[in-house]
Amino acid sequence: MLKLFKRLKAKEWVMAAACLILIVGQVWLDLRLPEYMTEITRLVQTEGSEMAAILTAGGKMLLCALSSMLLAIVTGFFTAVIAATLTRRLQSEMYHKVLSFSSEEMGRFSTASLITRSTNDVNQVQMIVAMGMQMLIKAPIMAVMAIGKIQNTGSWQWTALTAGAVALLLIAIAILMGYALPKFKRIQVLTDNLNRITRENLTGLRVVRAYNAEKYQENKFTRANTEMTENNLKAQRAMACASPVMNVVMNGLTLGIYWIGAILINSAALTDKLNIFSNMVVFSSYAMQVIMSFIMVAMIFVMMPRASVAANRILEVLETKPSIKNGQKDGVTGKTGEIEFRDVSFRYPDADKDVLHNISFTAGRGETVAFIGATGSGKTTLVNLIPRLYDVSSGSVLVDGVDVRDYDMHALRNKLGYVSQKAVLFAGDIRSNITLGENGQAAASDKDVETAIDIAQSSDFVGNIPEGIGGSVAQNGANFSGGQKQRLSIARAIARKPEIYIFDDSFSALDYKTDRTLRTRLKKETAGVTTLIVAQRIGTILDADKIIVLEDGKAVGIGSHRELLKSCPVYQEIAASQLSKEELEL
Amino acid sequence: MRPMRTNHGKPAELSGEGLLHLFRFCKKYLPAIVIALVCAVGGTIFTIIGPDKLQQLTDTITEGMMAGIDMDKVIRICVTLAVMYGCSALLNFIQSMLMTTTTQRVSQSLREEISHKINRLPIDYYNKTTFGDILSRVTNDVDTIGETIQRSIVTLVSSVVLLFGCLFMMFKTNWIMTVSAIAASLIGFALMTLIMGRSQQYFITRQQCLGDINGHIEEAFSGHTVLRVSNAEEQFSKRFETLNEKLFNTSWKSQFLSGLMQPLMGFIGNFGYVTVCVVGAALVMNGSISFGVIVAFMIYVRLFTNPLSQIAQAATSLQSASAASKRVFDFLDAEEMADESGKTASLTAPAGQVGFSHVQFGYDPDRMIIHDFSMQVKPGQKVAIVGPTGAGKTTLVNLLMRFYELNGGSISIDGVDLSSLRRDNVHSLFGMVLQDTWLFEGSIRDNIVYGKEGVTDADLDRITKAVGLYHYIQTLPHGYDTVIDSRMNLSEGQKQLLTIARAMIEDAPMLILDEATSSVDTRTEILIQQAMDKLTEGRTSFVIAHRLSTIKNADVILVLRDGDIVESGNHQQLLQKGGFYAELYNAQFAS
Repeated sequence: MLKLFKRLKAKEWVMAAACLILIVGQVWLDLRLPEYMTEITRLVQTEGSEMAAILTAGGKMLLCALSSMLLAIVTGFFTAVIAATLTRRLQSEMYHKVLSFSSEEMGRFSTASLITRSTNDVNQVQMIVAMGMQMLIKAPIMAVMAIGKIQNTGSWQWTALTAGAVALLLIAIAILMGYALPKFKRIQVLTDNLNRITRENLTGLRVVRAYNAEKYQENKFTRANTEMTENNLKAQRAMACASPVMNVVMNGLTLGIYWIGAILINSAALTDKLNIFSNMVVFSSYAMQVIMSFIMVAMIFVMMPRASVAANRILEVLETKPSIKNGQKDGVTGKTGEIEFRDVSFRYPDADKDVLHNISFTAGRGETVAFIGATGSGKTTLVNLIPRLYDVSSGSVLVDGVDVRDYDMHALRNKLGYVSQKAVLFAGDIRSNITLGENGQAAASDKDVETAIDIAQSSDFVGNIPEGIGGSVAQNGANFSGGQKQRLSIARAIARKPEIYIFDDSFSALDYKTDRTLRTRLKKETAGVTTLIVAQRIGTILDADKIIVLEDGKAVGIGSHRELLKSCPVYQEIAASQLSKEELEL
Repeated sequence: MRPMRTNHGKPAELSGEGLLHLFRFCKKYLPAIVIALVCAVGGTIFTIIGPDKLQQLTDTITEGMMAGIDMDKVIRICVTLAVMYGCSALLNFIQSMLMTTTTQRVSQSLREEISHKINRLPIDYYNKTTFGDILSRVTNDVDTIGETIQRSIVTLVSSVVLLFGCLFMMFKTNWIMTVSAIAASLIGFALMTLIMGRSQQYFITRQQCLGDINGHIEEAFSGHTVLRVSNAEEQFSKRFETLNEKLFNTSWKSQFLSGLMQPLMGFIGNFGYVTVCVVGAALVMNGSISFGVIVAFMIYVRLFTNPLSQIAQAATSLQSASAASKRVFDFLDAEEMADESGKTASLTAPAGQVGFSHVQFGYDPDRMIIHDFSMQVKPGQKVAIVGPTGAGKTTLVNLLMRFYELNGGSISIDGVDLSSLRRDNVHSLFGMVLQDTWLFEGSIRDNIVYGKEGVTDADLDRITKAVGLYHYIQTLPHGYDTVIDSRMNLSEGQKQLLTIARAMIEDAPMLILDEATSSVDTRTEILIQQAMDKLTEGRTSFVIAHRLSTIKNADVILVLRDGDIVESGNHQQLLQKGGFYAELYNAQFAS
C-alpha cells in the first residue's frame, strides 16, 4: 500500500502536509467547542449574566465551529484531489503497462484479471485514500489531544473508567472482527461462485433444456445460494452486534463518569465542589472523543486488509517488466516481404517441452506459405514469433534479412498485416476499425477503406448499413456476426498495405465459397505481398507456394500440395479426412 | 468476465412501482419487519428520554452542590438510566438481528426466483438481453435491495419517530425556542440540499465516466494482440487519457462535494446549539422560561438535526433500491413459456419418423424465413443440414427442440404433433451435441452423467471407451472425479468428445448434432467422427454438416440460404440439379 504513495508528486505531498496541519487545526478547534459550551452553560446558569457576554461566547463558539468546518472543507478538497490524482496516475500507469506487455505477460495474468485489477482494485484504493486517509491522520491526533485535555481535569477514577471502556470496546471489536472478517473475505468467493453457476446456466441454455436438466442446475444454484446466505448471515449478524455494543460502552461511560462524579462531589470539600462539577462535564465530553477516535482506528484496521490486497494486486502488475525489449533498427533494409526462420525453437516460460523445435524455412517476396497441422502442433505460436508476440528461445526469425529482435517494434509491425484467430473489433465505426493504428504511411483514405472492404468480401453487408463505413460498431463488435467480424478484421490488415500478411486461421469462420473468392481477390489485388496462412482446411491452402506441415512442433513436411500428398504421411492423413478419393486425385 | 455493474447509464427512477413490488414480495417477512420496526421505535423513544434523565442527574448534582447531594436519588436515576441503556441496546440488537435475517432471506429468495425464472423463459428472450445484464440483476441489484431493506427502512422509521418525538417534546416545552431551533436547522438544510443536488449530478456523471473507462479498458485488454500488432497503442492511449481526464474531473468533484456533508452537519448542529442558547438566555432574562428549558433544548436541537439528514440519505437509497427492484421484477415478470401442465399426450420410445408439414416460421412474426416446408424423414435416416455461415442452420434445431414455436404448420414424430407434447417430453426424445461445447465446473463424471440417474462406473467406462477418452481419463489424478475448471487444459476436441459422451449416456431415440468446424485437429476430428457415427447408428439424426463425408452419405440434405430451406434431396440429386448446393459444393475445390 505504501509503495503506491510513491506515485504522488511534490505537489500532492504538499497538499498532504497541508492536510496534516489542517486536521491538527480542525481537531484543536473541535476540542475547543466543549469549552465554549460550558462557558455558555455557566453564563446562562449564573443569575444576572449580561446578554452581551452570552452573545460574545456564542459568537466565539460559532466562529470556532465555522473555522472548523472551513478547515474540514479544505481538507476534504485536498484529499479528494489527492485521491483522484493518485487513481488517475495509477490507472494510466496500469493501462500503459498492460499495453506494453507481451502475450506472455497477458497470459500469465489473464485478461480478465488485468481488467479487474485496473478497474475494481484501482477504485478500491481510491476509496481507501479518500476516506481512510483523513481518518488515519485524524484519529491519533484526536486521541492524543483529547487525552491531553483530560489529563489536567480528571480524577484517576475517571481515567481508569475511560481506559477500561476503551479496552472493553477494543476487545469487543477484536472479537467481532475476528469472527466476521474471514466471512467477509469469503463473500467475494461465494459471489463469484454464484455468478459462475448462473453464467453456466445462461451459456448452456439450450443444453440445459435439451437434457431436461433445469432442476439439476437449479439445485446447484440453490446449494451455492444457501451457502452464500448462511455465510453472509453470520457475517452480518456479527456486525449487527457491533452497534449496540458501542452504544452501551459509550452511554455506560457517560453514566459512570457522572455517577463517580456525584460521589466525588459529595465527599469533596466545599470549595472544590464546583470545580469538580465543571471538570466532570468537560471530562465526559472529551472521553467521548477518545472513544470515537479509537473506533476510527478500529475501522481503519478493518478497511486496511482489503485495501492492501487491492494495492498488492496493482503493484504486481506495475512491477512486472515486459519480457520483450525494443530494438533500434528502423524499417529500411533494402529488402521487402522476406521472412526466414533459422533453426527456431520455442518453449513457453516454465514449460518443460518445446512447442516449436528447430524450424527453418524461407518465404520470398509475394509467396504464399501455409501452415497446417493438429491443434497444439505450434502453428499459431510459429506465426506469433514474427510480430514478436513472443521471442524465440533459440535460433532467429528474420524479416527482410534483419532479426526481428533488432527492429524497433513499430517499424517491424508496420511491415505486417496480422489477422488473429479470434476476430477483434472495437467500439467506434467501421472506418475507425479498419484504419486502426499506424502503419508508417499516410493515413488510409475512405477509398482505401472501401477497397479493403471490397477485397475482404464485406461490401455486401457494409453496403446494407445506411451509414456505410461510418456505421457504428458496438463494443466487441457485438452487432456483427462471427463471419462478418472476421472479414472486417481481414479488411483491416489489407488497409494497412503491409509487406507481409499473417492470417492465423482467419478463414475458418467463412464458408468455402467466400473463403475462396476472398483469397483469389487478395492474390490479384495485392500481388507482391508475402502471405502466411495458418489453416485447418486443406481447401484454403491447396494453391499455396509452400505448405509446412507441423506435428508436435516439428516441421514434418515442406512442399506444395501435390508434393506433400505423395511424400508426407501426416499430410496425407489430414487430406484424406477432408477430401474424398476422387478429389485427391484431381 | 468480471463482476461489474453493467447497468450504468440507466438513471435511477423515482417511481415507487419497484418498491411496491418488493413490498409484496416481502409479505412473508412482514411480521419480522414489523417487530423490528417496533423495536426501532422503542429504541428511539429511549434515545429521546435518555438525555432528559441525564439532565435530571446533573440537576440533582447541582442542586445538592452546597447542601449535600441526594445520593439516593442519584443512584435511582443512575439505575434507571442503566436499565434504559440496557433495554435500548437489547431492542437495537433484536432489531438488527431481525432485519439482517430478513434481508438475507429476501435476497436469497430473490436470487432463487431469478435462477428458476432463467429456465422458464423462452430462448427468444435471451436474444434481446445480454448475460451480463441478467448476472448484474442476480448480484448487484439484489445486493442493492438487500442493503436498503437492512438500513434504510429502519433508519427511515426511527428517524421519523425521532424527528416527531423531538418536535413534540420541543413544542411541549416552549414554542418560541422550538421555532428558532427549527429555523436554524432549516437554513443549514437549505444549504445542504443545494450541495446534495449538485453532488448527485456529479455522481451520475462519475458513474458514467467510470463505465466508459471500464468499457474502454476491457476492450483494449481483450484486443491486446491486435492493438499491439496494428501499432495502435498511441491511438488507444490518447483515447484512454481523455477518458481518464474526464473521470478525474468528475471524480474529485463528486468526492469533494459528498465530503462536505459531514462538516456541514457538524456546523448546523453547533449553529442550532448557539441559537437555542442565545434565544433561551434572552427568554430566561425575560423571566418567561427556566434554565432547565435551555438545557433540554440544547439536547433536542442535536437530536433534531440528525434524523433530517438521515431521512434524506435513506430517501436516496430507497430511490436506487426502487430502480433495482424494478429491474429485478421486470425480469421476474417477463412472459414465460406457455404452461403445459394440462398436456396429457406423451411419447416414450418412438421409431423416429419425423414429419414436417407446411412449416412456417420467422423469428420476427412479420418476417417469415421458412415459408412452407414439408418433408418426411423415415426412422433411422440421417438428415444433413448445410448452407453458408449465417444461413440459419440452427433454426431447424430450434424448431425440433421446440425452443421456438412454429408460426404455422406442424412437426410430428411418429405421427404425434410436437406441440401436443410437453416440452420436457420433446427434449427427452432428442440427444443433442452442439458445436460450442458446453461444460461446467464440476467433475468429469457430473459433466457426462449430467442429471441422469442410475449410471454406473461400468457404463461410464463403456462410453468413454467408445468416444476414445477412456485412457486419457485414467491418466488423470482423480479419474472420473477430476474437476473440470479453467486450470485443466482440455482441448477443444476433448471437450467435444465429452459432450458426445454425455449424449451417449442420455441414449435418446433421436439425435441432433452440430459438427465441429475449425478448432479441432484432424486426428481428434476422426475420433469425433467415429464417435458421432456410433451415436447415430440406427437413430434418426439431424446433422449440421461441414464434412463432405457426412454430406455425401446423408439420406437427405437440407440446403439453407438466408434462413429458408431452398433445396432438399440427396447428394447426387442436388448436384444434378445444379443449384445452390452444387455451387457451394464446387466452390471448395476449384482454385
